[in-house]
Amino acid sequence: MTSHQSNFWNYYIFSKDHKMIAKQYLITGLIMALLGGLMAYVFRMQLAFPGEAVPGFGDVDSGTYNQLITLHGTIMVFWVGMPILLGAFGNFLIPLMIGADDMAFPTLNMMSYWTFFVSTLVLLASFFVEGGPASSGWTAYPPLSARPEYSGVMWGMNLWILAVALEFFSVLMGGVNYLTTTFNMRTKGMKFSRMPMFVWMQLAATVNFMFSVGPLIAGALMLLLDRTIGTSFFVPDKGGDPLLYQHLFWFFGHPEVYVLLLPSLGIVAEIIPTFSRKPLFGYKMILISTAFSSVLAFMVWAHHQFISGMDPRMAMPFGLLTIIISVPFAVVLFAYIATLWKGSITFTTPFLFAIAMIAEFLIGGVTGIINGAAAADIYVHDTYYVVSHFHFTLVPITIFGMLAGVYYWFPKFFGRMMNETLGKIHFWITAITFNVIFIPLLQMGMGGHQRRIPDPTEFEYLKGMMGMHKTATIALIILLIAQAFFIFNFFYSMYKGKKAEANPWKSTTLEWDAPSPPVAHGNFEVIPKVYRGPYEYSVPGCKQDWSPQSAETVN
Amino acid sequence: MSASTATNTVETEPMLAPHGRLGMWMFLASEVVVFGGLLASYIFARLRHSSWDEFASQTMTSIGCINTVLLLTSSLFIVLSHHWAERKDIKKSGKYMLWAILLGVLFLVFKGYEYQHEFAKGITPLTNLFWSYYFFITGLHALHIVIGLVINALTLREIRKGQNLQRVEVAGLYWHFVDVVWIFVFPLFYVAS
Repeated sequence: MTSHQSNFWNYYIFSKDHKMIAKQYLITGLIMALLGGLMAYVFRMQLAFPGEAVPGFGDVDSGTYNQLITLHGTIMVFWVGMPILLGAFGNFLIPLMIGADDMAFPTLNMMSYWTFFVSTLVLLASFFVEGGPASSGWTAYPPLSARPEYSGVMWGMNLWILAVALEFFSVLMGGVNYLTTTFNMRTKGMKFSRMPMFVWMQLAATVNFMFSVGPLIAGALMLLLDRTIGTSFFVPDKGGDPLLYQHLFWFFGHPEVYVLLLPSLGIVAEIIPTFSRKPLFGYKMILISTAFSSVLAFMVWAHHQFISGMDPRMAMPFGLLTIIISVPFAVVLFAYIATLWKGSITFTTPFLFAIAMIAEFLIGGVTGIINGAAAADIYVHDTYYVVSHFHFTLVPITIFGMLAGVYYWFPKFFGRMMNETLGKIHFWITAITFNVIFIPLLQMGMGGHQRRIPDPTEFEYLKGMMGMHKTATIALIILLIAQAFFIFNFFYSMYKGKKAEANPWKSTTLEWDAPSPPVAHGNFEVIPKVYRGPYEYSVPGCKQDWSPQSAETVN
Repeated sequence: MSASTATNTVETEPMLAPHGRLGMWMFLASEVVVFGGLLASYIFARLRHSSWDEFASQTMTSIGCINTVLLLTSSLFIVLSHHWAERKDIKKSGKYMLWAILLGVLFLVFKGYEYQHEFAKGITPLTNLFWSYYFFITGLHALHIVIGLVINALTLREIRKGQNLQRVEVAGLYWHFVDVVWIFVFPLFYVAS
């Protein structure tokens, strides 16, 4: 590996270095985020101005509309959330935070990224095959997805299944790496009780993923067989059961939310103490809550299926467990808020995104209580209320959490600081427009507006809601334009930003011991040893208000 | 690889287990869920369709039995291969690994014969849902056997070179897993009828 740097291919392309792989994941994920965002622009334009050609795209018929919403969901969850929150941040930070020189299996790590890259290509290829890409929604429910003649999409859907399967396999390889690295490669003194919350959260997310994805891998293969050779696993005509697919999907689908949520909460857990100059409140309680919610995550999946035709008696236990699961997350969020209490807070861009993540996710959580109770859910099921609830959870998780992480660790990634002014403009426009998009959607859902209707003007009772559709769409356009501030800031700062010192935020965890950017091979000049917990800020009796984990003594 | 050599020189907290063993266990944990979900789906479907008993009685129990014995014996050989690999006896280790591979191949031969026989009777994955499950689950298991054989063959090459002997244990873990899956598949498809 010493000859690595000498060769372009080995250094940039087939790199086994966790930092380069993290950057590959980050860039791929950001490009996909842009793609997913532009899709939202197209179908939101169709909803606000139905029948008019969308500038830059053209006419949207109902088939295209279905394809756009399907691919928007698929891309944002599997090709943005997972590669960035797990692939980029997990890869970059786990070894740095535990004081390791690389992952346990560098070659497997490289294979993981390239499997992901192939899966991206397969997904993108599905746009160009006859019939276009998948159009059965991001959950791909049969029978719609199980027979090509039902949706009119043949190869697009097959490629979708293949791409998702490859992506899962890639994350599985990554997961083996994350767990082994965390268990085996912690530097001297980095006991489990001293591990930064981010690493714990990655660990929990990986475990959630690895124990939930199996049934869906099997289900995806069965769906593929239904479509290609004509078996009937999920098609009722020969005794198949469409509901079974929903069970397999949501058994994975609910833990999947935590696969995204936990890394994001991990990012926030690092940022809040740093900018409050206070220890993270309730470290152990957060861990216990995370473990508790991870177990519960496997017992709540049928709350997605209250009106699917499953045994209605199941609604009671699943509803109850769903409501219980809000308890541990409330504990975590309260712990974060308590960390702020009497802190000496600096409102930097990463900090703003971090607290916005908490605030907006709280709305997501509270709106979810209504979905969790079967009786209330039946009324709002399949309406924009659910769409809005979902986005109030997933946008704070993936977008706000990710942006907080990018602004915070950018100096470590690229050795330069991002511009604060541009960052703050970006934050305020993003945070405000995000609410302007989704609060009307909550209201529309309560008004009975079903989702997946390409042209709302076809229905008399929806015509009164067109004003809200237009508001949401205009807000989305502003939100997308505001991302230009981020994109410019990102690339400008990468080359022209202020040079970053090793520890620009005066933080305590080990990644700030490494130079910015870290040493190409081995991360640290000398692998540090650990003497204390991860969040020792403002320790009484010390002049310096942060006590790095690696410092033997602090004055 | 510098990472693995570096970890030998850098002081770390105690490892849970060697990287390879730990990684394989993690991977197998997720594999358990793949087959777990699949077999659970099959069991629930079977409970709903009493007519499936008749189809299940058409599976070739004798060949199922032979294959069970083959896989169990093969697992025994891989244990012996690991036993001698730990004592650095690469000759004996290689010999037993070879036997483990041969029995695995034999399993596939019998499985192929069985499929052939079923196709000849006009039974295909499209016949009905029971046979869809049968072909899918046994087929997925057979795929795992093939992957296991490739892993074992690569490990055998390492044994003959006398290097990376710790991989025998890791390959063995995977091979045992494939065996254990069969232990569930066999009664569910061949015996219960």
